[in-house]
Amino acid sequence: MPAQTALDWIDIVVILLYLTATGYLGWLGWKGTKSASDFLLAGRGAHPIIMAVSYGATFISTAAIVGFGGVAGMFGMSLLWLTFLNIGVGIFIAFTVLGEPTRRIGHHLGAHTFPELLGLRYQSRGIQIFAGGLIFLFMPLYIAAVMTGGSVFAAAQFGISFEAALLIFSLITAAYVITGGLKAVMYTDTLQGIIMILGMLFLLWFTYHSLGGVTQAHQTLTGMADMVPGPLKEMGHQGWTAMPEFGWGAKNYELWWTVVTAIILGVGIGVLAQPQLIVRFMTVRSRRELDRAVPTGALFIVLMTGTPFVVGSLSNAWFMQNGAPLSGKLVKAISAEPERAVIHVMKEISPGRWEAVMNPKTGKPSLAPVAVTAREPAIDIHGQPFEKVSGRSISVVYAKGQADEIIPTYITQALPRWFGLVFFLTLLSAAMSTMSGQFHTLGTAAGRDLWEQFFGKSGDGQPSLKVVRVAILVGLLVSVTLAYTVRDEYVIARFTAIFFGLCAATFLPAYIGGLFSRRITRAGAAASMLVGFAVSLFWLLFIKAREAGAIGLVKLVTDGKSSLVEDRLNWPSVDPIIVALPLSILTLIVVSAFTRPPDAAHLARCFPEKTR
Amino acid sequence: MLGIEDHLIWLAYLACLGAAALSVVYGLVRRNRASDTVSSEDRRWAREEKKVEDEL
Repeated sequence: MPAQTALDWIDIVVILLYLTATGYLGWLGWKGTKSASDFLLAGRGAHPIIMAVSYGATFISTAAIVGFGGVAGMFGMSLLWLTFLNIGVGIFIAFTVLGEPTRRIGHHLGAHTFPELLGLRYQSRGIQIFAGGLIFLFMPLYIAAVMTGGSVFAAAQFGISFEAALLIFSLITAAYVITGGLKAVMYTDTLQGIIMILGMLFLLWFTYHSLGGVTQAHQTLTGMADMVPGPLKEMGHQGWTAMPEFGWGAKNYELWWTVVTAIILGVGIGVLAQPQLIVRFMTVRSRRELDRAVPTGALFIVLMTGTPFVVGSLSNAWFMQNGAPLSGKLVKAISAEPERAVIHVMKEISPGRWEAVMNPKTGKPSLAPVAVTAREPAIDIHGQPFEKVSGRSISVVYAKGQADEIIPTYITQALPRWFGLVFFLTLLSAAMSTMSGQFHTLGTAAGRDLWEQFFGKSGDGQPSLKVVRVAILVGLLVSVTLAYTVRDEYVIARFTAIFFGLCAATFLPAYIGGLFSRRITRAGAAASMLVGFAVSLFWLLFIKAREAGAIGLVKLVTDGKSSLVEDRLNWPSVDPIIVALPLSILTLIVVSAFTRPPDAAHLARCFPEKTR
Repeated sequence: MLGIEDHLIWLAYLACLGAAALSVVYGLVRRNRASDTVSSEDRRWAREEKKVEDEL
């Protein structure tokens, strides 16, 4: 097994070469006609593969690879349903159902940002400001998730602290954004996308190969169901190749409600309402280009999300077969054949003397399920003899209880050293291509959707450009602070799910209604957005135990409880999107039904094809 | 199937591959079906978009 590594000169040279190539392509983009609008202006389309990979690279980030891959390492292959939604909803429905209407209405109305599209469609400055404000305030959550994903891996790969890795990652991001990374240069995105594809292909091949092939690897993982740690079993974890237990009103259904409502539905549906992806449809030349981009987009996504979810899950099998043996005192036997047991983990503090490893969270000795490889007599720190049980364990044990660390730990311990560097470039690519879209959206939300709507636009556009720059700087600082401060288990996936869910509940009904219905009114859209946002926020602050408990407001009003409905299982595990999105849709329909329809002239501008 | 006992998991595994395969078929079938005309309105929009990007 490769030892823990450190940053050496070859790493630095390769990273600098990568950054130089990215910078060069970005510079070419400035000089020539390489952005989507340049292609459109030149009267030709970007190649559909380039368009799809560029979209996919913006869609998929370190959050999906490290964050959700780690969640799969902990909870198992049920996350593959998210991959299915990513393809079916995030690519197929997005490209074939929403793409063309978005492009058409965006061009008819002259919209250049997502809030502007909503504002112009509903003739409402308030809607534009509200949407811009939400993006400006909450996008840093998603940026923090992307940064944390990259930093966690860099820390593991180069043997540096998370704080140092975060600082380096922030500096690279700042340099990238300042030197033109905001411009969505398609060739840069494509280079990043190709690196991501190569990295994932090798990772998938290596993992299946090292575990004896597809079926053998899955069988090994299926046979490990009895090694699920006790606390996860109590939540309904039934093994890494099984869905969590489904039902309502008991603790053992908690995992199902967490995985299915927050991770699978929240992110799977929420992608349709991602502002940085929606604006991409407006830069597309035609419906034909969208149709042609579907195959590449789908293949890219199945590789980019399917691989980390499968590999994250299978890392448990790899560690059970190849991980460094752990030793400790027997707590209880799990099975006799194959011999498996739960141990109190111990470490040898001096030759022949063993001491318990304490769990920093609980203050009690750390527990680990192991596949037993040896039993031998030993002496503990108090001089008492005991039977030392040794064996290999599961991913989350080697990742020190942190789901976010599972993928980095697997890559650095299982794969060759050179691949760690390639994988770092893969993550850097995933992060850069996503963050260019995120910062672009955040900046234009502040400048175009907030500042210009409040104070108007001057002739040279300079004041709002200064606002854009300041907003990006503020966004960067807030994101880094969030990433630095919040280091809870699977925080990457949770931050992403919060942002995606919030966007879905707030924007999705008004956005889709605006594309397809002439009857949706300004009041209906505004009320729907307010209800979706307010219910989501209320749920996050007072109902969903994990988030509400961490924020702490609910503890002040309930004398220390982490949810207003703490005693009513399984409400505290239900994601806001399950309640907020239906209420938002209902509000859109009901309020629109009872308010005056938009005037015919405006509708003719939005839908000229239907009035001809 | 595929070494996975829970039918909801192997179904998800196959559904991912199936959805990707269907997307490929869709792209091939629809390759030249939709129109590919660029209007003056599209060009006007692209000029404005380029201005916004260049300012950034």
